[in-house]
Amino acid sequence: MTTTDGGRALIKALELEGTEVVFGLPGGAILPVYDPIIDSPIRHILVRHEQGAGHMAEGFAHATGRPGVAMVTSGPAATNIVTPLCDAYMDSVPMVVITGQVPSQAIGTDAFQECDTVGITRSVTKHNELVTRAEDIPLVIRQAFHIATTGRPGPVLVDIPKDIVDPKNPASAMEWYWPTDDEVASSLPGYRPTTKGHAKKVREAAQLILAAERPVIYAGGGILKARAAEVLRELAELTGIPVVTTLMARGAFPDDHPLCLGMPGMHGNYTAVTAMQESDLLIALGSRFDDRVTGKVDAFAPGAKVIHVDIDPAELGKVRRPDVPIVGDCRLVITEIVRALRDLSGGDGSADAVAAAQPDRSTWKQTISGWQERFPLVYEPSGPGDLLKPQYVLEELRSRAPEDCIVASGVGQHQMWTSQYWRFNHPYTWINSGGLGTMGFSVPAAIGAKVGRPDRMVWAVDGDGCFQMTAQELVTAATERIPVKVAILNNAYLGMVRQWQEMFYEERYSEVYLSPDLPDYVKWSEAMGCVAMRVESPEEVGPAIDKANEIDDRPVVLEFRTDAAEKVFPMVPAGLSNSDIVVDPSQGGGAR
Amino acid sequence: MNLPAPAPAPKHHVLSVLVENRSGVLARVAGLFARRGYNIYSLAVAPTDDERFSRITVVVDVETAPLEQIVKQLNKLINVIKISELDPRDSVERELMLATVKALPDTRHQVIELVELFDGRVLDVGHDEMTVSLDDHPGRLDDLEELLRPLGIIDLQRTGRVALPKLEHAG
Repeated sequence: MTTTDGGRALIKALELEGTEVVFGLPGGAILPVYDPIIDSPIRHILVRHEQGAGHMAEGFAHATGRPGVAMVTSGPAATNIVTPLCDAYMDSVPMVVITGQVPSQAIGTDAFQECDTVGITRSVTKHNELVTRAEDIPLVIRQAFHIATTGRPGPVLVDIPKDIVDPKNPASAMEWYWPTDDEVASSLPGYRPTTKGHAKKVREAAQLILAAERPVIYAGGGILKARAAEVLRELAELTGIPVVTTLMARGAFPDDHPLCLGMPGMHGNYTAVTAMQESDLLIALGSRFDDRVTGKVDAFAPGAKVIHVDIDPAELGKVRRPDVPIVGDCRLVITEIVRALRDLSGGDGSADAVAAAQPDRSTWKQTISGWQERFPLVYEPSGPGDLLKPQYVLEELRSRAPEDCIVASGVGQHQMWTSQYWRFNHPYTWINSGGLGTMGFSVPAAIGAKVGRPDRMVWAVDGDGCFQMTAQELVTAATERIPVKVAILNNAYLGMVRQWQEMFYEERYSEVYLSPDLPDYVKWSEAMGCVAMRVESPEEVGPAIDKANEIDDRPVVLEFRTDAAEKVFPMVPAGLSNSDIVVDPSQGGGAR
Repeated sequence: MNLPAPAPAPKHHVLSVLVENRSGVLARVAGLFARRGYNIYSLAVAPTDDERFSRITVVVDVETAPLEQIVKQLNKLINVIKISELDPRDSVERELMLATVKALPDTRHQVIELVELFDGRVLDVGHDEMTVSLDDHPGRLDDLEELLRPLGIIDLQRTGRVALPKLEHAG
C-alpha cells in the first residue's frame, strides 16, 4: 500500500479505467486535481465553456463506444454541464463527469461557487455521488465507470469536495487501493442489469416473427449501444424483414441495404412511417416508442403486435404495451432470437429453411416498394441566382466525403435534412442530440468525435442558430489541432420554428429571424483560427467542399447561404396520427 | 335535492422499498413521485435489522398504470434494492398516532375511556389537556381520531404506516 492523496488517486483511477482524454476547464474547487494531470498520460483538452466539455465527451462516446470523461469545477461550471448531462441521459450516452465542490466544511454555507450539484443533477444522471472521504475515491470512480457503461448506458456525475483532493489538507491523505470487479459489484447491491433474454419470451418472439405477414424491424439507438449492428443485419437478412432506423439508430443498418427503409417519425420518409403504420408486427429493438416516432400514440401502428426488446425494463410498456416484452441486451437477445428462428423453422436452419417457415410476404414487399417509388425524398432544385437548397448541400457533402466519414448535427431543420439525405452505411457515423434536442450540440460533439477517431473525417452540419450557441469551441479545436469541418446551413432563421410558424401559426413569424450576415460567419470563424469560406451559388458548393476536405491541419467552416423558405418534408404534424403524414407539395402534399 | 356523487375513495397503494441506508436516497425516491406530480400520502423510513439498508414504506394515491411505471423507475435507482407493492389484504400494517386532546375535568373521563377502549395509552396529562397514543392498524387510528375530534384535538401527529407481508400459514 502506498500513501497518496485524493487528487492523485482520482487521476490514477481515471488512468486505470482507461481514460485517454479528459475534456475540461479548471477552477477553484477542482484546482488540486489539475496539478497531478500535468504528470499524467491523460490528454486534457481545455474547452472554452463547460457545456462544450460535456458535449465533447458525448461525441467521443458516440464515436468510440467508450465513456467520455469531462471534468469541471463547482458552482457555475457544474450548472453549465447540466445540459450535456441531460442530453446524455436522454440518449443513453456513457459519460463520467467529475465536478469540484467547495470544501466539506463549507458545504451548505452558500460558499463562493457553491451549488448543490448532486441535487441539481439528480434527475439528469443515471447516478451521481458526493464523495465525502478521500479513501472512497477509487471505489466511487470504479462504480461510476461501471454504472455509466453497463446496462442502459448513461451519464454518472462524481462531485468531489476540495479538501479531500488537496494534498495540503490532511483530509486528503489516503492509502491507495484498487477495488476488484467483485468488490465493485458487491458495493452496488441494487444494480444488476439483466442482459440475457428470457428463453420462453425469445421463443414467443420467434414464433410471432415466423407467423407475421407484414413485419417491420423498428431499430433504435439501443442497437448501437449494444454493438448489435451485425446481428441486426443477420436477423434482417435471415428473415427478409425490412428495417427502419430511428434518428438515434441511423447507421445501425446500412442505408444502401435493400431491406433498409430509412428513418421513421415526424420527419421520417413516407415508406418508413407507413410501413410501421400498416404492419402486423413491430419488432422493436432498442427503441423506445418516442413521441416523435409514434405520432399520436393511440393511432400508431394500430394493427401491429409488438415485440419489444430493451435492456431497460422501464421502457417495456411505458408507451405501448408489448405482446412479447424481452428485457435484455440487444446483441444477446437478437442472437438468441436468430437461433430460435433457425430451430423453429426445422430443416437445416438455413435462410431458405427460415424462409420456407414464414408466410409468403411478396405482397407486403411489393406494397413497400410501391411506396418507395411513389414517395421518395424530393426537393425542388434551386434556379439560377436563387439561394442554395439545403438538401443539395447535403447531397454534395455526402457524395464528396469518404464512406466512413462521421457526421454530427445540431438540432432543427438541418438535423432532419442530414438524417434524411446523408447515406449512413456504417454504424457510429452519425452523432446527434435526439432526445433532448440540444441546439449547439454539433460543434463540440464533432470535436469530441474527432478526438476519439482521429483517423476519420468528421463533419459537423450546423444551423446558423445552433452555431451561435457553441461556436466558441472552434477555438478549442484550433488550439488543440483538432481538424473538424463545419457546414453552416445559414438560412438566417431559427428554421424549424419558422417552419412551424409558417404551417401552424398562419405565417406569423415571431422572433425567428437571425440575419444572414450578422455575425459575419467567415470573419468569426477566421478569428477562431479556422479556415472559412462562404458559398452562395450551386456551382461553388462542390469545389468548396473538396477544398475543405483537403485541409487536415485546422478546423474548416463552410457557410452555405440557404433558402429560408425550404421546409422539411415529409412531416407528421404534432398530435396527429402517422397516417396523416404530409408529403412534399410536389407529391400531392399529404395525399395517400 | 341532487347531491353530487361522493368522490371515489382515493387509490391508496402501499409500496415497501428496500434501499441502501445512505444520504440522498430518500430524495431520489421522493423525486420520482414529485416529478410526476404525485403526492406522497404518508412516508415512514427507518433502518432495517441490517443497518446497511433502510425500508421506506410509502403510501401514494396513484392509478395502477402510472404506478407500474414509477415502480420501474424506482427500480432503476442504483441505491434501491427491492420494491414490493403491499396489498393491504395480504400485509400487516401498523401506524402510531400521538394526539393532544382537550381534557377538562368534566370531559377527562371520556378521553380516558375512549383511549382505553382502543387499547391506547395516556402519555402525558396537563391541567386541562392530555396527550394520548395509539399504535394500531391505520383504520383504527382514523376511528379514534374521529371520536376524539368532538372533544377538541389540539395537536395530532401520525407516523405514516409501516407494513410487512403477511406470513404464509402452514396447512
